[in-house]
Amino acid sequence: MAHAPLPLAHRGFGETLRRDAWWLQPLVVLTILSAFVVYATWAAFQNAHYTYGNYLSPFYSPVLFGDPRFAWIGPKPEWWPNLLPFSPALIILPFPGLFRVTCYYYRGAYYKAFWADPPNCAVGEPRNSYLGERHFPLIIQNIHRYFLYIAVLFLLILAHDVWDALWFDNGAGGVRFGIGVGTLVLALNVVLLTCYTLGCHSMRHIVGGFLDQLSRHPVRKKAYDCSSCLNRWHMKWAWMSLFGVAFADLYIRLCSMGVWHDWRIL
Amino acid sequence: MSTNAPISTAGTTPAPAATAGMTAKDAYTAAQAEQDAAAKHQTRTFKIWRGEAGKGEFVEFTQEVVEGMVVLDAVHEIQATQANDLACRWNCKAGKCGSCSAEINGMPKLMCMTRLAELDADKPVTIEPMRAFPHVRDLVTDVSWNYRVKQQIQPFTPRPPDAEDGTWRMQQSDVDRVQEFRKCIECFLCQDVCHVLRDHHKHESFIGPRFLVYAAALEMHPLDTADRVPELKQAHGIGYCNITKCCTKVCPEHITITDNAIIPLKERVVDEFFDPLGKLVKIFSRRREGPPA
Repeated sequence: MAHAPLPLAHRGFGETLRRDAWWLQPLVVLTILSAFVVYATWAAFQNAHYTYGNYLSPFYSPVLFGDPRFAWIGPKPEWWPNLLPFSPALIILPFPGLFRVTCYYYRGAYYKAFWADPPNCAVGEPRNSYLGERHFPLIIQNIHRYFLYIAVLFLLILAHDVWDALWFDNGAGGVRFGIGVGTLVLALNVVLLTCYTLGCHSMRHIVGGFLDQLSRHPVRKKAYDCSSCLNRWHMKWAWMSLFGVAFADLYIRLCSMGVWHDWRIL
Repeated sequence: MSTNAPISTAGTTPAPAATAGMTAKDAYTAAQAEQDAAAKHQTRTFKIWRGEAGKGEFVEFTQEVVEGMVVLDAVHEIQATQANDLACRWNCKAGKCGSCSAEINGMPKLMCMTRLAELDADKPVTIEPMRAFPHVRDLVTDVSWNYRVKQQIQPFTPRPPDAEDGTWRMQQSDVDRVQEFRKCIECFLCQDVCHVLRDHHKHESFIGPRFLVYAAALEMHPLDTADRVPELKQAHGIGYCNITKCCTKVCPEHITITDNAIIPLKERVVDEFFDPLGKLVKIFSRRREGPPA
């Protein structure tokens, strides 16, 4: 590599001549992401109030083990360690969580907010050493696409949950079609998550970005164009879907606790 | 029209100060003076980095400025009236040559494209050289490292011509994708703001956003056959990029550097080195690609 002598003196942590509130953006990211992690962890350990009628919280879906009305496999498994409180969400949440942790947008955002690497553009850093994503542990970020595959699977499951949320108990042992505010909340959550997931940089690459002559693959070209279109708003989808999924859980939790009442539209 | 030719008003709006017998040059100067007089004048303070080879200090200048001026205009005024030896690199004054890159109020910008009206009038405007490159004098840095890096990237390697006359056929939509990268004016503001170069001085092992864009333009070109992915991972250090998107933020040509060039290249590195499944798909898809029928 070409050699370059050192430029002007290194600036210390937070040193900059920027006049704007450069600290505001990382502070907002730090606050929101921390609040989400705290809430999601708390909600995951509750193992209660994650269903309300035909609604199922996206933090707990799919319920592999747990509530017999929703569980795919059965009750709490025997192999579950006694020291760890059981909750169906603890089996599920790591996957969408790791999809977000390894997401290209979030990476840039939390490197700035949590690690000050850098605190913001053209602002001095706290450390001199830097490994980037070339070495362990950050080299693991390269498996983002495998979490994408799982996230797509989750989208299908959450879409099925929206379908289930359209069928209410008719009081005579059967079900009848209906729409409640909870149905709309769950549906909006799926729409936001879909826009976030399908506009992911890895998705954009996998559906066609890896080709240099996309025009020879009309279906891939269409998929690439659609993914690129969503990708232009990737940051906005990332935040909106984060709020959407947290609000869906909160809505069902508060309805289940009797704090809120689910209003039936149809 | 000759600059000494008498001014013709036929079919044009006459210059306000034009009188009979006045040359076009005189009329232009008079019109300019009138326009300047009508424009809003104010005094601004500038703190400009002065010194040589990395050593120096900010020197304060007070300068009268006129509405519509850019930072480069002010620097030229200061150079002409107060500091004749002030070193500053510039050329086109139109945001196309990429010569007048500097840091204005702490952010890498082109001096010729930064209007004084955009900057806080109550505080001095600070102007300093780019911090990612060796300092030469005042606002001038030595950016030659970039030219040496460019030489190390595998050049365009087209497939054999598609037609007997030695020409190729390709679809516009395929070239459109790389066309964005060709807007680059090589101002090196993206290199300057990149913390890997600016703060960590990884010039030996990271080529920086400008040359990742250059590599993307070649790597994604529909005619190109060279494989730059292994060297992007190893010698060019693409893994150092941690996607801060600062390069995209400062690009005066609004190239979506991170999303359209760096991340797609990172994904190609993943195909090759971190994803056996993806590698299979890539091999299968490329096998079906050849010259158009």
